Amino acid sequence: MTRTEILNELKKVFAPYTTNKELLNSINDDTDLIRDLKINSANLVDIIIDAENKYNIEIDFDAADKMINVGSCIDVIREKLNQKNVEYR
Amino acid sequence: MTKRVVVTGLGVVSPNGIGIPAFLHAIKNGISGIKFMPRYEELNFSCRVAGMPDFEWEKLINYISEVTLHGLKGTNIAYGLAAALDAWADSGMDYETDEPHWETGCVFGNSIADTEAMKNVIIRVDNKEAKKLGSRVVEQAMNSGVTSYISGRLGLGNKVITNSAACATGSQAILMGYEYIKHGYAKRMLTGSAEHVDTYVYGAFDSMRVLSRKFNDHPEQASRPMSLTAGGFVPGSGAGALVLEDLDFALARNAKIYAEVLGGSSNSGGQRQGGTMTAANSTGVIRCIQEALVSSRINTGQIDLISGHLTATNADNKEIQNWSDALSRTGDDFPLINSLKSMIGHCLSAAGSIESVAAVLQIAQQFVHPNINLEDPDPEITNRISVDCLPVNMIKKEINIVAKANFGFGDVNSCLILSKYN
Repeated sequence: MTRTEILNELKKVFAPYTTNKELLNSINDDTDLIRDLKINSANLVDIIIDAENKYNIEIDFDAADKMINVGSCIDVIREKLNQKNVEYR
Repeated sequence: MTKRVVVTGLGVVSPNGIGIPAFLHAIKNGISGIKFMPRYEELNFSCRVAGMPDFEWEKLINYISEVTLHGLKGTNIAYGLAAALDAWADSGMDYETDEPHWETGCVFGNSIADTEAMKNVIIRVDNKEAKKLGSRVVEQAMNSGVTSYISGRLGLGNKVITNSAACATGSQAILMGYEYIKHGYAKRMLTGSAEHVDTYVYGAFDSMRVLSRKFNDHPEQASRPMSLTAGGFVPGSGAGALVLEDLDFALARNAKIYAEVLGGSSNSGGQRQGGTMTAANSTGVIRCIQEALVSSRINTGQIDLISGHLTATNADNKEIQNWSDALSRTGDDFPLINSLKSMIGHCLSAAGSIESVAAVLQIAQQFVHPNINLEDPDPEITNRISVDCLPVNMIKKEINIVAKANFGFGDVNSCLILSKYN
C-alpha cells in the first residue's frame, strides 16, 4: 500500500472527527491533526482505534505518541503493516 | 433583597409530542403517547406498553456538531440536549458564543446513564478489549453527562450541577435553579431533567410489580391515575427544560415571560412514620407542600390547579389525602387536579420537568388539560374531593396559581408554586 493510498484512506478515518472538511480534502504530510484539523485531543484515541480496526493492526502507546501529523500517522501505519509481514509495496 | 424569578423559555421531548407546539396540542386534546412495545413481549415483561418519544436521532445534527454526534450513544443525553437547546432558543438566545455566559448556570437532573449503551462497554471489557472503548464512554457514563453536554454546547459559565432525586428530580432541579437566582448567585439558570427508561431499568420496575399489566392490548388506556381500574404505572421517557431568569434581567432584554416561579420546597420524610424507600411519609409530603406555600407567600385558598404526581398506583389515593390535608380543602372547595401521566406515563426523573412545562403552558394559555382514562374515578378519592375537581376534558379557565409536586423513591418530595406573571 503506497503512502498516497494510505493518505486517501486516512481521510475517511479522520472525517468523523473534524468539521473542517475542506482542509481534510487537501491534507498533506505536514497537516497537524490538532492544530490544523482542529481535532479534539481526546479524539486521537478514537482515531487510533479506528485505524487499528481498518488495517487490522495494533498501535502501541509509543507508536500512538508519534501520530501528531498526517505524515507520522502514515509512517506508523506503514511500519505496523510491514510488521505483519504483509506485502503492500 | 431577593429576586423575582420568571420562566422565559420552554423545551420538551415528550412521548406525546416533541417540541412545544406538538406537546401543547397533545395536552390540550388529551392525546396519549403510550404505545405497545413488541420488544417487551419478547422479553416476557408483564407490562408491555411505554411512553417512548418519537425521537429522530438524525435531527440531533440541528443541535450539535457532527463530530459530537459521532459517538453519541446516550439516549438520555440526546433527550436532555434537545429539550434544553429548544428552551434556550425559545428564550430568544443564540447557541453560539465565544465568551462563556458567566451569569447563566444549569441544573439538570437524571437517574442513570443509558444502560443499553453501557452494555456494549461491559461486553468489551469482559472480552478483554477495554482498549477499544475509545474516548466517548466516560463522558456519557458519568452522572453529569447531560449537564456537561448542555453547558458545553451553550457555553454556560455559572454553577453547573447535576441533581438526582428519583421521581422528584425534575421539580427539584427547577427549584434549585430558582433558588440560585432568587439569592442572586446567577441571573439565569437552564433547568430540567431527562430520563431514558431502557429495557434494564424497565425490567427492574417490572419485577417490583408496580407497572400496569392489564391494558397491554389497549396501550392508550394503560395509564389511569386516580381510576378505580388503575393497576400500576406506565414507564415513560423524555426530557423537559425551562429557562429561569431574574425578572429584572429578563425585562432588560425584553424577554417573553411565560410565568413566575413563586417558591417551592424540597424535603424528605426520612423514611420514618410510614415512609420507606418506596413509600412516602405523609407528614413529610404535607410539610413539603405547606413549606412551598409559605416560601411563596400565598395561602391555601389561592391554588387554582394542582399538577399531581399521581402515577396510577395505589399511592394516588394517599396523595389526594395529603394534598387535602395540606391545603385543608375538601369536596367542591378542592382545587382542580390533573395528572399528565395519564397521557405520557411516568417519566421518572423527567416527570417533574415535563409536567412543569405543562403547568407553565396551562398558566400561559389559561387552560387545564384533561385527565384521560378517568371514566371510573376511585370512590375513595371522590369521597374526599368532588368529581368536578377531576377534569376529563380540557377546561378554559382563569389559572393564576399552580402547585406542582413530585414524590420519589428514597421518600423525597419536591413542590413548586408557579404563578401567572403580573
